[in-house]
Formats: sequence, structure tokens, C-alpha cells
Amino acid sequence: MTNEEFITIIRNWFPDVEIPEEDSQFLNVFVPKEKILEVAQKLRNDEVTKLDYMFNLTCVDWPEHFQMIYHLKSSEHGHMLVLKVKLENKENPEIETLCHLYRTAELHEREVYDLFGIKFINHPDLRRLLLEDDWIGHPLRKDYVDEINIVSL
Amino acid sequence: MEQNVIMNPDGTQEYFVNMGPQHPSTHGVLRLVLTLDGEIIEKVEPHLGYIHRSIEKMCEKDNYRQIIHLTDRMDYLSAHMNNHAVCLAIENGLDVEVPERAVVIRVIMDELTRISSHTLWWGVMGMDLGAITSFLYGFRDHEHITEIFEETCGARLTMNYNVPGGVMFDLHPNFVEKTKAFIADFKKKLPEYDTLLSNNVIFLERTKGVGILTKEMAVSYGVTGPAGRASGFSCDVRKHEPYSAYPNVDFNEILYTEGDTFHRYKARIDEMWESIKIIEQLIDVIPEGDFQAKTRNVIKLPKGEFYQKVETARGELGVFIVSDGKMNPYRMKFRSPGFSNLSALDEMARGGKIADLVATMSTLDLVVPDIDR
Repeated sequence: MTNEEFITIIRNWFPDVEIPEEDSQFLNVFVPKEKILEVAQKLRNDEVTKLDYMFNLTCVDWPEHFQMIYHLKSSEHGHMLVLKVKLENKENPEIETLCHLYRTAELHEREVYDLFGIKFINHPDLRRLLLEDDWIGHPLRKDYVDEINIVSL
Repeated sequence: MEQNVIMNPDGTQEYFVNMGPQHPSTHGVLRLVLTLDGEIIEKVEPHLGYIHRSIEKMCEKDNYRQIIHLTDRMDYLSAHMNNHAVCLAIENGLDVEVPERAVVIRVIMDELTRISSHTLWWGVMGMDLGAITSFLYGFRDHEHITEIFEETCGARLTMNYNVPGGVMFDLHPNFVEKTKAFIADFKKKLPEYDTLLSNNVIFLERTKGVGILTKEMAVSYGVTGPAGRASGFSCDVRKHEPYSAYPNVDFNEILYTEGDTFHRYKARIDEMWESIKIIEQLIDVIPEGDFQAKTRNVIKLPKGEFYQKVETARGELGVFIVSDGKMNPYRMKFRSPGFSNLSALDEMARGGKIADLVATMSTLDLVVPDIDR
């Protein structure tokens, strides 16, 4: 499916998603936080889109907000799409988990929870993955300070 | 011990056993917590982070040239491919044209790496199942390739040979001759692998029908590489999103539908034949010319996001750069194949025995630094 077809079909299904017109590698779709599960479910299960392979899940810590980024691909059709979600609340960021749709999300979300402190609602086993359970802070946040191990240049 | 026991309704007891972090078959410091009912595995829970070095955080402080050598240390058996992935992502951002010579050199190096990684995996796989001989055979062939690398790159394991715009040095004058000699030799050696393991009755008993992963689950867990393709998930990045010289070479994507341990094994053996095919096509036609395009000393990527996929020996490696226009990335993420492949281990091992878990884990070909990063 081409990007134009994607834009038409997604705007049709979900009028409140934002698809900026920009020259980027993948088609970026900005989804409101509350809608992410619904949008992902539709895109994954519908025969036309069938984005059933999540090849990447990550988070970016921007100065004003967190941004969740989901890279999706269809194993059958081969088209790709990126879902982006803005998490405005920097104090207590929360988002619905996608691990019931994509099994790979379970470990990836635990990693994001560990390193960014994003809370995934309804995640079956949300614990730290790489760091110890009693670690303080979330190292990939930009405001993380560790005077002993991180040498700033 | 008392606390570790849970009573099942039918009178049997569930208990936990730690496998690793110091266990020979986990190939590194990976700790699995097994929930067992007798010898039957109920659940496998990986505990990671024993060699987490926060490479992603380090990348945010480093400039783009400094990042490349860090990726050697992730999946150290696919060092060339990891470097290649980062270089391609940077070149995408810079819009640099890589000279033809460098493109071909990179692909030959990638395929040699794939063979060396698979030979090592094959030896270790035999050893995991109790056959020491294969370990020696595997290392014998692995060693020839490391020698070829050493001559050209100056290093045997963490080569750091790719740079943005091409490769660091030109090929060593012996390279073509030695590679050809190796390929000719290896074509005779590879059938030995089949004689020793692939057709061995004990080996077949241990692997056929064990640790089955269906295609749906492979897609859902994001299991890529030979492990995913053995389940019928067509995911070869070299075919689907070809990069470098791959569009111009003729090779097959190995696909099986069974998804058991034996076919994951078979997929890797077949992949070595395909790699031989690719090297043979390219080794005689390495173009003359520059091996490196001119790039600025200080690399600054434009604002934006750059994603590059590369097929490593273990599967799909994704390099994701978020740039804010400075000389170091704002955020760098490595989607490592081992991480996703490991997540499916629970699915494959459930209902089997511990000995089957060892066989299954071997065919996932886990490299722990790649998982922890």
C-alpha cells in the first residue's frame, strides 16, 4: 500500500489522528494517547493494512514531553508505518500497553519502563529489565545525573 | 528450597531453577529462571542486564565516528554488519554516495562474517548437545576467516572496518587470493558438517519436532533471521529492503515452514551455502577506484529520524537515530535481533524438557552482549 492510500484509509477510520505532510523515511502517524490501543488494534487486524510485525518500539525524551515510537510492518504486504504518541505528563508518563497485540512489545516495554520510566497500563509483568530492582532513576532520561559513572565532557 | 515449591492441584509440585548466569549453554551471562513441574518446563523467564553497558546512553555523548566502534561490542560475531548498519544510517542522513568499491567490499566482508558466525554457532551447537568434535571443526573454519580479517582490518573480532563513506583501508593485496582459497576449501568442508551432525540419528532425535515456533508467533515476537525464516516468516532484509550491493547479487532466501529446532539448524547451514554463492559472485568483480568517499571530519546529521535495517547473522538489526542537528545523536536506539529472538524462548520451550531447552536456545544463536547492549 502506498503512503497516499494509507493516509486516506487512516483519516477515514480515525479522524483525530494527525498525519503531517513531511519528507520522511516512513509515514508518521501521530496518535492521541488515549487512542493508541484502538488504532494499533485496527491497523494490526484489518486485512487491508495488516501491520502485524512490530520491528521496533522505543521512546524519546524531548524537553517538553516523552514520545513513544512504534515501527510497524506488514509481514504479508511489506508496507511500513510509524505510530507516534506524545506523552505530555513528564512527571508521571503513562500509556496503554500493546503487548497483547504484539508479543515482542512485552520485553521492549519493560526496557522502556526501566530506562525511561514510562508506565505501561495493563502490562502483565512491568518490572525493571536491565537494571537492578532497587536502581534509582531512569538512565536514558535527559535529566538523569550520575556523577560517578557518567563523565560529562 | 521450601519457598520455591508450589503445590499443583493434582499433587505434583512446581519449583524454580536458576539456569545461568554462569551456565555453559547460555553462551554468556544470561540468567533464565525456569518454572518446572518435574522435568517439564512451565515457564522460562529471562533475567537480563548482567553485561548491560548502556551503549545507547554512551552514543548520546559521542560523535558519529565514535559510535561505530561501540557497535562492534554488541553482537561481536556480526561486527562488520553492525558497523555497516550504523554507517548506512549516517550515510542516509548525510546523503553521501559510497564508492562502488567500498560497497562491494562491505558485502563480501558481511558475508564472510556471516559464515564465520555460523561456523562458530555450528560448533557450539554440537557442543551444547554433547558433541565436542563439532566445536573443533567449527573453530577450524572460523579461524581461517579471522585470519583474512586480521590481514585487512588489523583485528580479528572487533574489526571496526567501516567508516561513514566507505571502509577504513583498502583491501590487503592477499585478500582476494586468500578468500578464494578459503571458499574453495570451505566448499569441501561444509559437507562434513552434514556428515557429522545433520545426518546423525542422535542429533535428529534431539532436534526434530522440538521447540516449535509457529509463523504467527514468530511474527508477533519479531523473531527474525534464520530462526524466523525456519518458521516461514519471510524476513530477510537483504531481499525485502536490499541495501549496498545486495540488489545486484543472486541468492535465495532460505524458508522453511516447520519451525522446529532442526529446521532452524538447517536454515543456517543453507545460509552458509548462499553466502558462498554471494562471495563467489563478487570476489572477481571488485571494482577499482576509491574505497572511501570524502566526508567531513565532524559529521552533523540534519534534523530528523533515520532508520536502517541490516541482516546480521542473527536477524534484523535496526539502527534508529534521532538527530537534532548536532554532532552527536539526540537519541540512538539499536533494535538488536537477539533481544526479540530471546523473547520467544518461553513460547518455544514451554512443555518441553530442560535438555530440549538447551537445544532450542542453541538454534536461536543468542549473543548476550547483543541482547543487553
